Amino acid sequence: MTSKIVVVTSGKGGVGKTTTSASFATGLAMRGHKTCVIDFDVGLRNLDLIMGVERRVVYDLINVINDEIKLTQALIKDKQLDKLYILAASQTRDKDALKQDGVERVLNELKEMEFEFIICDSPAGIETGALMAMHYADEALVVTNPEVSSVRDSDRILGMLSSKTKRAIDGGEPVKEHLLITRYNPNRVEGGQMLSLDDIHEILRTPLIGVIPESEIVLQASNQGLPVIHMQGSDVSEAYKDVVARFLGEDKPMRFTEAVKASWFKRVFGAK
Amino acid sequence: MGFLNFFLGEKKSSASVAKERLQLILAHERNGRSSSPDYLPQLQRELVAVISKYVSIHADDIKVHMERQGDLEVLEVKIELPETR
Repeated sequence: MTSKIVVVTSGKGGVGKTTTSASFATGLAMRGHKTCVIDFDVGLRNLDLIMGVERRVVYDLINVINDEIKLTQALIKDKQLDKLYILAASQTRDKDALKQDGVERVLNELKEMEFEFIICDSPAGIETGALMAMHYADEALVVTNPEVSSVRDSDRILGMLSSKTKRAIDGGEPVKEHLLITRYNPNRVEGGQMLSLDDIHEILRTPLIGVIPESEIVLQASNQGLPVIHMQGSDVSEAYKDVVARFLGEDKPMRFTEAVKASWFKRVFGAK
Repeated sequence: MGFLNFFLGEKKSSASVAKERLQLILAHERNGRSSSPDYLPQLQRELVAVISKYVSIHADDIKVHMERQGDLEVLEVKIELPETR
């Protein structure tokens, strides 16, 4: 069995890395793949909250790296999906606890446990945590908002993926990069107030794996500790399911990328 | 708004301003990132040695330069041959 390590990264904070990691890992497990999602944001863990397992965290990634406990003691099994496991970040230690050889050992142990997908939720920034999260990656989801600072930071991260990762250093096949645009608002794009997905795609020159529409449902989901992909029937949930399907090699046209025309009533009397 | 803009002359949308700004700054930043490979001076010396076997040239007559054009890396080698008298 081959395992795939996928880093979810962006450079900029607050663009939807953790939201994406949680829903992407959940989506893979929903499709029957044994998946583990790891929080690399040591000191500022949040994936546990988004996954709704914050009260079940006893041990974390750093405990495993420091050989204080066994990996199986730190893995938290998802309540709904028996193929999904979460490995939390430490809340107390600092980033220097993330040693490269330790990270490698944990990833290898997960491979031995026959995890098909290992999702690494990167912290923001371009320091140790982010570098460790991407170092052993086979593929990368680069999360980008249609906004200038996010696009610039994504470009920087794409540069690092092609120069600082193990694959880049060993000179092997490069990390396979996927662009994921989140918080997309087609109506604002049509009004010329927001960069379009074609603009972003043209600037970053990275294959697009999906577009997640801007929606209040994301906050509703995180309030409850549910990965937003579980919000049945919502656009965001559907968009994440499409991302997972495309990642698994299926051909799905992009959805939720066209402006929705307001009704004549709204246009006359004003909606917002 | 659209109606007024039509008569007052089209104003550029903020999204297209964003796109232009990004394209400019990223072109600049990408250049700084991919500094020229470290084998260029060695390549230049060896080229001089080879060409010197046939034509007498000076080390300064040969310029080796690496440049990025879109997805392509272009290796530019410019050799000035001395005027034949």
